Amino acid sequence: MLSHGMKQTGHISIHHLQGVILAILNPWVALGIVLLLAFFAAYMSALSWADLTYVLPATSLGYVLLAMVARFALHEHVSLLRWLGIVLISSGVGFVAGGPALTLHGQHEPLVPAELPDEVLVAEDEEPVVASAASSGGQR
Amino acid sequence: MKHFYTWSGIGLVVFFSVVGDVLMSRAMKEVGDVHELVRSAGVWTAVGRILSKSNFFLGVTAMALTFFSLLFALSWGDVSLVAPASSSLTFIGSAFAAKVFLRERVDRRRWVAASLVAAGVALLAA
Repeated sequence: MLSHGMKQTGHISIHHLQGVILAILNPWVALGIVLLLAFFAAYMSALSWADLTYVLPATSLGYVLLAMVARFALHEHVSLLRWLGIVLISSGVGFVAGGPALTLHGQHEPLVPAELPDEVLVAEDEEPVVASAASSGGQR
Repeated sequence: MKHFYTWSGIGLVVFFSVVGDVLMSRAMKEVGDVHELVRSAGVWTAVGRILSKSNFFLGVTAMALTFFSLLFALSWGDVSLVAPASSSLTFIGSAFAAKVFLRERVDRRRWVAASLVAAGVALLAA
């Protein structure tokens, strides 16, 4: 969306910085910025209850989604190599989603079942964390 | 010489990106589960708690530096090398950094995941 909007806005020269303000007024650019902020909020909230090595691979599903949109909505050609990339990313995310979400300070902890909130691990003075692989799907 | 500049640019992008992610992760771990916090104390308390963490601002600064170093790297090298190399090396770099600095238990499953995702991103962006 940012790319679409900026292409509508046209070239911005360093000597005409008011062009940047005009660009923000473009609805596509504004929507793109709002979505970026939403991504950042979701990313931070995911980091508050899950490991970085858990969240980061999960966010890469965005690349897969992007390729799907390019293929099915924009009817772009997606090469075999890119399909292979999609398969690799998806299997990587599948790998990490099967394990525990939080493994702070090198502790060996089992995957905590969601039905037993009393037995969740309390890492230092944090809130109890219930590992839930399913809820990572919504976080980009 | 062009190669040297390109790869230093990629190195800078990866470095700042990993530092930003680690600092942000540390800040959010200090804050605790945001969902719980919002439920018990409200959105503004949660926002205030996040904004009170210095690691958060350092993380945002590092992320801004990532963006600027990406611009430098793109001016030194081709986008078809810089984009896939920097984003896929970031996945490997942050797995190392999470293990060393955040004391996360990066087991074989996560190494495999980070490598698969890195390879996949490299293929997608190539």
